[in-house]
Amino acid sequence: MKKTLVKSLLPFAAAAALSGGAFAGDNPKDPAEGFNRAMFAVNEALDTAIAKPLAKGYDHVAPLPVKAVVGNFFGNIADLMTGVNSLLQGKPGEAMNDWGRVLVNTTLGIGGAFDVASEMGLDKHHEDFGQTMGVWGVGEGAYLFWPVIGPRTVRDTAGFVVDSYADPVWYIGDVPLRNSLVGLRYVDQRAALLPTDRIIEEGALDKYSYIRDAYLQHRRNAVYDGYPPRQADDGDEADDR
Amino acid sequence: MKQLLSLMAGLFILCGVAAASQEAPDALVKRVTDDVLTIVRADKDIQSGNSGKAIALVEAKVLPHFNFDRMTALAVGRDWRQASPEQKKRLAEEFKTLLVRTYSNALTSYRNQTVVYKPLRMKAGDTDVLVRTEIRQPGQQAVQLDYGLELQNSDWKVYDVVVAGISLVTNYRESFAQEIRSSGIDGLIASIAAKNKQIEAGRAEKK
Repeated sequence: MKKTLVKSLLPFAAAAALSGGAFAGDNPKDPAEGFNRAMFAVNEALDTAIAKPLAKGYDHVAPLPVKAVVGNFFGNIADLMTGVNSLLQGKPGEAMNDWGRVLVNTTLGIGGAFDVASEMGLDKHHEDFGQTMGVWGVGEGAYLFWPVIGPRTVRDTAGFVVDSYADPVWYIGDVPLRNSLVGLRYVDQRAALLPTDRIIEEGALDKYSYIRDAYLQHRRNAVYDGYPPRQADDGDEADDR
Repeated sequence: MKQLLSLMAGLFILCGVAAASQEAPDALVKRVTDDVLTIVRADKDIQSGNSGKAIALVEAKVLPHFNFDRMTALAVGRDWRQASPEQKKRLAEEFKTLLVRTYSNALTSYRNQTVVYKPLRMKAGDTDVLVRTEIRQPGQQAVQLDYGLELQNSDWKVYDVVVAGISLVTNYRESFAQEIRSSGIDGLIASIAAKNKQIEAGRAEKK
């Protein structure tokens, strides 16, 4: 099964790599466009063959309360690291909020199954190490597209590696349990993106660049916690209408 | 003299009424959002992904408050200047279809989340503002949803919609510019039109 899948992907990837001229690209934000488009094609094939059907099945079969519990459980683990990153970004107040959530949800929320903290007014945030480096002033670097993990700039790729090292789930000694949890989390996250699929499919002229530009805008916004400074080219060459 | 005074007083009152009836941008966003979401909440078809119905709703309720010429100009960026009036018109028309579809698709994924309106930062005399809202649901980080509005003939019109920091308008800039570089403005119009046709045909087939 695996072998045939890889075989069926090979010509696809090769064609994409050739047509993209490997590492050449004329977009300064995306110098590795050829490579990226090839990886994007690989990822699309993997997603269509494996991840999306799994996510759809899970979305269809699991009742809403189960999905909520699964989402909350992994969200609770993520809050722990969000707190660390908030602190590293010089936001001790938010770090207290994030860890307060973990404390409340792990106890009152029965091991993170229920998000009691949100009802108490402790809002959920998301901070990762890529954002932390951004706050520290590390530039994004080139945009890259990886199979399975998707879009990441060079900075966010490094951030992802650090996040994965710090991820408590990877430290579970029981290997089958660990792998099941990692798998379930991936499926849960993919399922959460299902509604977005159609928006992108029907909205994008070129799916690859639509995702790239959305990712870059989104990450920039996240580094500035929702208040990015206006970019010089943000407007208004369009002013003479 | 007395008559003149009372006439002037009357005028002032009229002006005051006119100024008050001009809806503030945040009030406008809130009214339209509440209107639309009330309908979506009650409509099982839209919730189960009926795009036709969602598009009809957006066209009736949301579209009158959008400025598509400005949106298209923003999406195209620098190259907008070299488009002829005729090209601008066709481009705005096709882009409208594309954006309305994106917006409608987003609407069908709405599931009873609550919308929080953030305080508006606006000085007297501002003609360009950002209205910030947040879509909240338990267990998830709130999704930022912002609207850029500008004053146009005493009405506020939306020219940008920003979801989680992603402008639905300027997100097209790179791909539009690339299209224009390789096949000109007419090429861009043709490829948006082709995309619109392809999806319409797909919908018709399903029915």
